[in-house]
Amino acid sequence: MTEANTAPPMIRMVEVDKYFGPLHVLKNITLEVPRGQVVVVLGPSGSGKSTLCRAINRLEPINSGVIEVDGKPLPAEGRELAGLRADVGMVFQSFNLFAHKTIVDNVMLAPIKVRKMAKSDARRTAMELLERVGIANQAEKYPAQLSGGQQQRAAIARALAMKPKVMLFDEPTSALDPEMINEVLDVMTTLAEEGMTMLVVTHEMGFARNAANRVVFMSDGDIVEDATPQEFFTAPKSARAKDFLSKILTH
Amino acid sequence: MFDFLDPQEYDLLGAFWVTVQLTVYSAIGSLIWGTILVGMRVSPVPMMRGFASAYITLVRNTPLTVIIVACSLVLKDTLGFTIAGETVEDQNFWLAILGFVAYTSTFVCESLRAGINTVPVGQAEAARALGLGFNQVLGIVVLPQAFRSVVAPLSSVLIALTKNTTVASAIGVAEAAWLMKEMTENESDAILLVFAIFALGFVVLTLPTGLLLGWVSRKVAVKR
Repeated sequence: MTEANTAPPMIRMVEVDKYFGPLHVLKNITLEVPRGQVVVVLGPSGSGKSTLCRAINRLEPINSGVIEVDGKPLPAEGRELAGLRADVGMVFQSFNLFAHKTIVDNVMLAPIKVRKMAKSDARRTAMELLERVGIANQAEKYPAQLSGGQQQRAAIARALAMKPKVMLFDEPTSALDPEMINEVLDVMTTLAEEGMTMLVVTHEMGFARNAANRVVFMSDGDIVEDATPQEFFTAPKSARAKDFLSKILTH
Repeated sequence: MFDFLDPQEYDLLGAFWVTVQLTVYSAIGSLIWGTILVGMRVSPVPMMRGFASAYITLVRNTPLTVIIVACSLVLKDTLGFTIAGETVEDQNFWLAILGFVAYTSTFVCESLRAGINTVPVGQAEAARALGLGFNQVLGIVVLPQAFRSVVAPLSSVLIALTKNTTVASAIGVAEAAWLMKEMTENESDAILLVFAIFALGFVVLTLPTGLLLGWVSRKVAVKR
């Protein structure tokens, strides 16, 4: 067997349940993301897709079930969990750049404080990453001085600076003006082409079609469909997916 | 008219200098202890949260005079606790500062806690997602932003502290209020002037503090 076959999946969720009070937001979810794969999670608002994404690095603790990242079960809160999170990049809907630090300081912070990287090395890596996402000339500005698209690209650079094994995107373009969505999707598409393992919660159907290896469709806390983009967009099996697509694709 | 202001007899500047020293030392101590308290108050460890909230409830609701007098009579005279300084005056000076720190830190803590609430949850989430531990999230991301948003309320705490230092006269620390009491007794002819002089003295201390920190507050505000 080849290495790819014996290695554990990058993300493995088995029978995961999550409640917000009486609300059952994740219902017995089982999902595997093999390394190198790009999985796009689609679904209507309130279907639990963001919660699914946030559960993977335990920003949302789950009530029951197993979540493993790279073969290791999620540790409880503490040093070990911090160690795992350092290997899992996360990009948020609202960017969440540290408002009191410049863009380059945002990117350098975790490599210095978590990886104990030397400041000069961290700065060099940070500038390379900012170059890569096309905002090296904004390095000394503060987040509030940048456009939304620039902020989100900085946030992607910040996550990449930790050299993560897998990247989680929680609706990365939902807070952006339409003309800024593409600059962020371009960065994400490049990342996907380079072989990064990605789980992307989004409403961008174009990205799902072009960059995803797999589409997972969620509704009311269930995974209703798990198919290739081709299959999902041309021949959805469930009534709920058909309904969802008919509402989105007619415009 | 100002004949009674005999520098040989009344060391007005010296007394206000003691007030300034009490204020500065207490302010530094309260900032440090108040920051530690707020760290405990928001910590994930239940025992720390319990300690901090019990401490704050108890100390914040105790009259300052009781705390200051207790520092001298209970801590020093009864329990034999000693602190820096050889003479009784020095002892009481530092015991008063201890009392002011214990008391003022609770207000610093509560201001900071309000400041923490102004920092969007996403800031801490992003820091945790990058692998920072609790102390790093608090110390590098949350508290620096919290401090910037509470400079104005903290300057109110500092002004209150400046005026609260007058309570130290209750245990014989020769600060401004202690001298005022002596002067009101000896110079009862000029009593209005005596009051006016001390009132003015405190205004001179607190007004620039308020103005300066108001400016700092605008300067360091975090743009979102």
